[in-house]
Amino acid sequence: MSKGNKIRRRDYEIITTMIRNDSTVLDLGCGDGSLLLHLKKTRNVTGYGVDKDYRNVFASVSNGINIIQSDLEQGLSGFADNAFDYIILSLTLQAVHETEVIMDEMLRVGRQVIVTFPNFGLWRHRLQILLGKTPMSKELPHQWYDTPNVHVLTINDFEKYCSQYDVNIRDRIVISESGRMVTTFPNLLGAVAIYRFNKGPN
Amino acid sequence: MNSSIGDVKPQTMDFEEPLLLKCGDTLSNYQLTFETYGALNDDKTNAVLVCHALNASHHVAGTYDGDEKTLGWWDNLIGPGKPLDTNRFFVIGVNNLGGCHGSTGPSTINAATNEPWGSAFPMVTVEDWVETQARLATKLGIDIFAAVMGGSLGGMQALQWTIDQPNRINNAVIVAAAPKLSAQNIAFNEVARQAITLDNEFFDGDFYQHKAIPRSGLKIARMIGHITYLSDDTMDVKFGRTLRKDSLKFNFDTDFQIESYLRYQGDKFADTFDANTYLRITKALDYFDPAAKCSGNLAESLSHAEANFLVISFTSDWRFSPSRSEEIVEALVANKLNVSYAEIDSPNGHDAFLMDEPIYHNLISAYFERIWNERCDV
Repeated sequence: MSKGNKIRRRDYEIITTMIRNDSTVLDLGCGDGSLLLHLKKTRNVTGYGVDKDYRNVFASVSNGINIIQSDLEQGLSGFADNAFDYIILSLTLQAVHETEVIMDEMLRVGRQVIVTFPNFGLWRHRLQILLGKTPMSKELPHQWYDTPNVHVLTINDFEKYCSQYDVNIRDRIVISESGRMVTTFPNLLGAVAIYRFNKGPN
Repeated sequence: MNSSIGDVKPQTMDFEEPLLLKCGDTLSNYQLTFETYGALNDDKTNAVLVCHALNASHHVAGTYDGDEKTLGWWDNLIGPGKPLDTNRFFVIGVNNLGGCHGSTGPSTINAATNEPWGSAFPMVTVEDWVETQARLATKLGIDIFAAVMGGSLGGMQALQWTIDQPNRINNAVIVAAAPKLSAQNIAFNEVARQAITLDNEFFDGDFYQHKAIPRSGLKIARMIGHITYLSDDTMDVKFGRTLRKDSLKFNFDTDFQIESYLRYQGDKFADTFDANTYLRITKALDYFDPAAKCSGNLAESLSHAEANFLVISFTSDWRFSPSRSEEIVEALVANKLNVSYAEIDSPNGHDAFLMDEPIYHNLISAYFERIWNERCDV
């Protein structure tokens, strides 16, 4: 298993702890459907994945996962308000172009939203910038010229966004590069941040 | 390379139980022509119904008398080892009621008059077809279809199945379809119908008795239809502005390749298809609107559906564009039904559903693999 897959697996484990049994889930950028498959087995969830890549449509159908082929940058117009208990966006927020549109759409369609992203504020990234290089890591494995990540962000950035846009953070778990929970200096020591939030604060 | 199922033979089934049609008329008896491929298993859980579109028939796969020219219309998808694998599934193709390939229709003899039905043949609808297909299934000993599948108008029948027979269908595979026709779709159909009914050889639908065929009307109808099946890009790539001869002729004969292609397609069609059937099938398309009885709310019309769905559209299809399939998907999601949806990148327009496109066929393969495995779980 590659390092990237190990982080993804840990990310899935933590997302799973945030999800109630028998709930409905929409997984944005679902890939081959493995998170939904895991949630189906462990939490008895129902729902759909969304992905724009035909290879992932094929893989999800093969895995017995419902998938809707769609580009999430186009919004979620096919889904009604509050249609799902949870919307999940795993390790994809940094690659989204229309961040505000997606955030609004997730909050509209889901009663709760779970978003995870690689923390650009990780000390290793900061060090590389100090050394004059574009940061690369297990969580951000691409070169500057081939990265899909257009909106890299830190934990502090995200929380500032949430307070500006009336997003109510219900839960936050930060993990280190080795997958351990980080409680002190999360923006410096955290490799991946996992948030559960809803529309708030009212 | 060609792993076709080989030679097949159509069968017929007589129905004596009267059929009340949606239009209000009753057919006291009728006959359906159909073909089957593969074998029905002992627990009868492997049956798949394939519904045909506007101008196809029950002859879905295989050949007649070893003649490759008689290959079934969906032979590239259905056969031994193919995406819909006849080594596993028992596949049925039915010529719809009102058709012209063997089932009772306007060109068959009406026992009451001993003449062809002609103009007296009633209007048939997608709901009527589903009812007759269900009756055929019963006679074949099939309680539940593992899947009902179709493209275009065939996909509409699969959708109607999930509404009218929710307990008798486990999966619906709906390809290049729409939940109802748009004004533009109806407009094209109306031009086709006018071409037929204004043909002097039509005789108000009773042309058989006059030993006539409204050939030019049928030909024009087919030419119009054919344009809507292709994309602008496909036509450009296939024909462009290529001339048949070296220079323009400055007359009304065929200058361009596309003209002669359409004329050829039209002529071929006029030789084999019945005008009254064409009129009725286009009307069945126009009338198809399962949401109508729920004040236009498609989701509500599907509220009793239980099937799992695979919905597929093609990017360049402008007859039933991807957004039309998305209307179906939206209604299914609103009912929390199991559905997967793919928008296949293809330049081939509406006709893409009949073509051997690997991404499309692989997806159907994967879906039937899943149906097969789930069938074993039961």
